[in-house]
Amino acid sequence: MANNFNLEFEKPIVELEKKIEELSMLALDGLDIAADVSALEGRVEQMRADIFSGLSRWQTAQVARHINRPFTLDYINHMFTDFTELHGDRNFGDDHAIVGGLARFNDQPVMVIGHQKGRDTKEKVYRNFGMPNPEGYRKALRLMQMAEQFKLPVITFVDTPGAYPGIGAEERGQAEAIARNLREMASLRTPIIVCITGEGGSGGALAIAVGDRILMLEHSVYAVISPEGCAAILWSDGTKGEQAAEALKPTAQDIIKLGVIDEIVKEPIGGAHRDHEATARNMKEAIARNLAELSKLSEEELVEGRYNKFRAMTRCLE
Amino acid sequence: MSWFNKEKAGIEKSVAKKSRVPEGMWTKCPGCSETLLATEIDANLNVCPKCGHHYRIAARRRLEALLDGATWQEFDAGITSVDFLEFKDAKSYQERINAAVAKGGSKDAVICVQGAIEGVNVQVSIFDFSFMGGSMGSVVGEKITRSIERALHLRQPAIIISASGGARMQESILSLMQMAKTSAALAKLKEAGLPFISILTDPTTGGVTASFAMLGDLNIAEPKALIGFAGPRVIEQTIRQKLPEGFQRAEYLLDHGMVDIIIPRTEMRAKLASILKMLHSPAI
Repeated sequence: MANNFNLEFEKPIVELEKKIEELSMLALDGLDIAADVSALEGRVEQMRADIFSGLSRWQTAQVARHINRPFTLDYINHMFTDFTELHGDRNFGDDHAIVGGLARFNDQPVMVIGHQKGRDTKEKVYRNFGMPNPEGYRKALRLMQMAEQFKLPVITFVDTPGAYPGIGAEERGQAEAIARNLREMASLRTPIIVCITGEGGSGGALAIAVGDRILMLEHSVYAVISPEGCAAILWSDGTKGEQAAEALKPTAQDIIKLGVIDEIVKEPIGGAHRDHEATARNMKEAIARNLAELSKLSEEELVEGRYNKFRAMTRCLE
Repeated sequence: MSWFNKEKAGIEKSVAKKSRVPEGMWTKCPGCSETLLATEIDANLNVCPKCGHHYRIAARRRLEALLDGATWQEFDAGITSVDFLEFKDAKSYQERINAAVAKGGSKDAVICVQGAIEGVNVQVSIFDFSFMGGSMGSVVGEKITRSIERALHLRQPAIIISASGGARMQESILSLMQMAKTSAALAKLKEAGLPFISILTDPTTGGVTASFAMLGDLNIAEPKALIGFAGPRVIEQTIRQKLPEGFQRAEYLLDHGMVDIIIPRTEMRAKLASILKMLHSPAI
């Protein structure tokens, strides 16, 4: 993957990498600098590990939105075989911000569903920047109910800034579509594994994120509102995202303490955007392990366990 | 999401100006510009007797008007929110909770009671918009879930009367999870064949709309109530156009098939009783 987009805090790494490249050019002139180059390379790796192990919440939010971060179709490519995409909500249209279909996971037939973002401008527009309309959620629900009918596990990938806030979305019942998914997913009689892979943007994310196991990539975020949105309301200043990110505590490391997710999935050093294959490998291992555990449960145990899981998500004083 | 609650401040301010019954003897109705006696409006459940303009109404006053006599019993009144994230903007969440509790009304944004409507026993949850804009955090989600579970256990209909800016930002991810938790409880109620009636009042937006409020077997709205997912200002900023007249008002939702019926406040009790008796024959 061409790393043609760098985040502010990645700049020291990029500069060091440039120096190594320049040095390597000298080697072409016959200078013996192999030892220097390898020492510098070691330093780069160390620097990368240091920077990414100490990301602030605001920096994590930026990594979660990195344009080269793997998207749902990338995971499908790396982790599944025989993917057949299925389209449409049977009511109004096909939403390109959510993809889904039948596929095999380690040979087992499953239903895979996820938000889909675009990388170049044309694809970003085509995918509506990963912000679904009601049709997207209704397509997702249709596919989940199909999975239930044919006793296939459901695996979802969550990565959206949020549900689309447009006139058409309101007219066609954005709120109803999300709400219905929450209720129906709660009682779906088949295993559901949710992978938060990038931005978990509020209700637009949750609408495909009610499951038996919630896995979350190391540098992804999940919150009730985006840092910018929160800043615009509480600080009356949309540029105070950094403070809002600290207040919202949206990282995997924050959230696991509240019992909202089950497991943090490691990313390669330097973030998922540096190595799609390795990221997918880690995610695949986690999904396979959880799926094996869930497949031992009866439908009743699954649904009851899922109810109790969300039922316990409360912090209050009595 | 950036639009949850985003409109809250604006709506609270603008509607507060025109829609609360003003202090003093005389008042000019924003609906019909008639000069009316404040006591006249108050006696009519904060609805203008001339044009039917609905002012907002306090949660407990509404309960008194809706339920039979003084037979209702409140549950979980003592549960309070806790600032588990140590959330701080200009003020800390704990300070905001304390200030809201100090107003002397409710201890959080929802009141849950068991009562009866013309003899039909029901579990009612009603939002108190004066408590942090009726926002939903752990306490609201927990109390509503318990109310639905009581309905399930006692085989009674559940009613939720919403008035909320949406999920409470100060509880971040756990506010969001209340949407899933309450909706999961409603799945059980549905499976048990018990009615759930959602009453949407001004304003109902964000995470409350996108969970239980839209999941009624019947979705009932009050006239002209603002009901939506994203706030009007967020939508305007996104599409860079003016919004159509009446957008996200109860009548607009009725036109688009999102609510079953609009019922004026003064007719709510009688209509609800009639509907409940058709849907639900209580065990003797």
